[in-house]
Amino acid sequence: MISGSGLSWTRVAALSLAALTATVVPLPGWLALARPDFVALVVLWLALLAPRSTGLLYAWSMGLALDAFRGVLLGQHALALVLIAWIALRLRLQVRAWPLLQQTAVVFALLWLDEFVIFWIDGVSGHPVTDWIRWLRVPVGAACWPLAARVFARTTTRG
Amino acid sequence: MSRHDPDARPLLLGEPARGLPLLALALLSIGLMVVDHRQHHLAVVRQWLSVAAFPFQWAAQAPLAAWTGLQDRLATRSRLEAENIRLAADNLALRLRLMRFAALEQENHRLRAARDSSSRIVQRSLIAEIVRADLDPFRQRVLVNKGSRNGVFRGQAAIDAAGIVGQVARVGPVSAEVILISDPMHSIPVQLNRTGVRTIAVGTGRSGELALPWLPQSADVEVDDLLVSSGLGGVFPPGYPVGRVTRVERDPARPLLAVDAVPFAGLDRDPEILLVWFDSVIVEPEPVPTAAPAAAAE
Repeated sequence: MISGSGLSWTRVAALSLAALTATVVPLPGWLALARPDFVALVVLWLALLAPRSTGLLYAWSMGLALDAFRGVLLGQHALALVLIAWIALRLRLQVRAWPLLQQTAVVFALLWLDEFVIFWIDGVSGHPVTDWIRWLRVPVGAACWPLAARVFARTTTRG
Repeated sequence: MSRHDPDARPLLLGEPARGLPLLALALLSIGLMVVDHRQHHLAVVRQWLSVAAFPFQWAAQAPLAAWTGLQDRLATRSRLEAENIRLAADNLALRLRLMRFAALEQENHRLRAARDSSSRIVQRSLIAEIVRADLDPFRQRVLVNKGSRNGVFRGQAAIDAAGIVGQVARVGPVSAEVILISDPMHSIPVQLNRTGVRTIAVGTGRSGELALPWLPQSADVEVDDLLVSSGLGGVFPPGYPVGRVTRVERDPARPLLAVDAVPFAGLDRDPEILLVWFDSVIVEPEPVPTAAPAAAAE
């Protein structure tokens, strides 16, 4: 099932669909504002910890699916996710050797970059959302990282 | 977290992360965005993507829908009875108003015929259920379960029992995205029912608030004034309630008034909305001095 640092494609597909669905699950007002970007988290998770299962093309198609799900400009999330997946793939060997806190800091920076690219494209395409609260999901997403990393460690050791 | 890769394949630093694929995919995304931004080029792709996404969007709200369904089923007898009594009373009141309405409509038709202007009343409507999927908390948009297969078209007006909700911004075969009148990108041409002053109500991004930023200091507007759709632009049927003025701020230093309104439609509470068809031939006999740009979704 699991070879090295790779996950079987069925697991990747299930995880991806779960992340996409979780992005649009209705939540009460304030919770919806704090909802982390699940798709970006999954893409980072796979890029950093299981680089063999996925690649840039995966990140790009997840971004495209997210664009379709949320009904925004086609290619917006795709660009942001490809960018952060590429950086994550470049840095993965160093990052995996770092302690959890530093990993979380890297994830925070990457999620911030993701949000910034989306923010920037929003502005260029004439739909600016300048509310400061849109950045809330970046720290929330980063706070989810230690948990995600632990879950991953368990998944692979069990295999 | 340092782990050894049992995989024997060489994993050189940077091997799976070369710059060329990144560049290619990034350029592809930018190309897509440019093509998509210039409307309609990707309409077919969008439609297919919306078909593929809809089951998941629907599934996302299914647990919530099941929970409310269960609550309905377990509703107590007394609550149902109370609701029944209330609905019967509502029905009686509406019937009384309808009796007067028939005569008024007849008279209106006659007068409009005399003025040679067509009456633009809603001819057909379609009930669409709102799929409670959170598309974007910063944009006031909702997804409904009717699409082009049901005849829904882009720019179609959506109303509920209390007033105007919004218009269809994007149509897929089985679903459509409705932009609410409270979306910051949306504006609706309105008329103050008391004085007949025409202006534009724009969304603020908060579901219980509209703004009327283009009323001059001289305009006759008061708190509690009723706003109805003026029908200019041809998107919304004229004469339907939109909202009520809640705040009028006259600052003599500024050329325009600051006016806020609250929409009547239950923008964040509606379980379903009505998509309407009406005869949108516009015959405006008199020239309009405060000509308003058409309501625009994008």
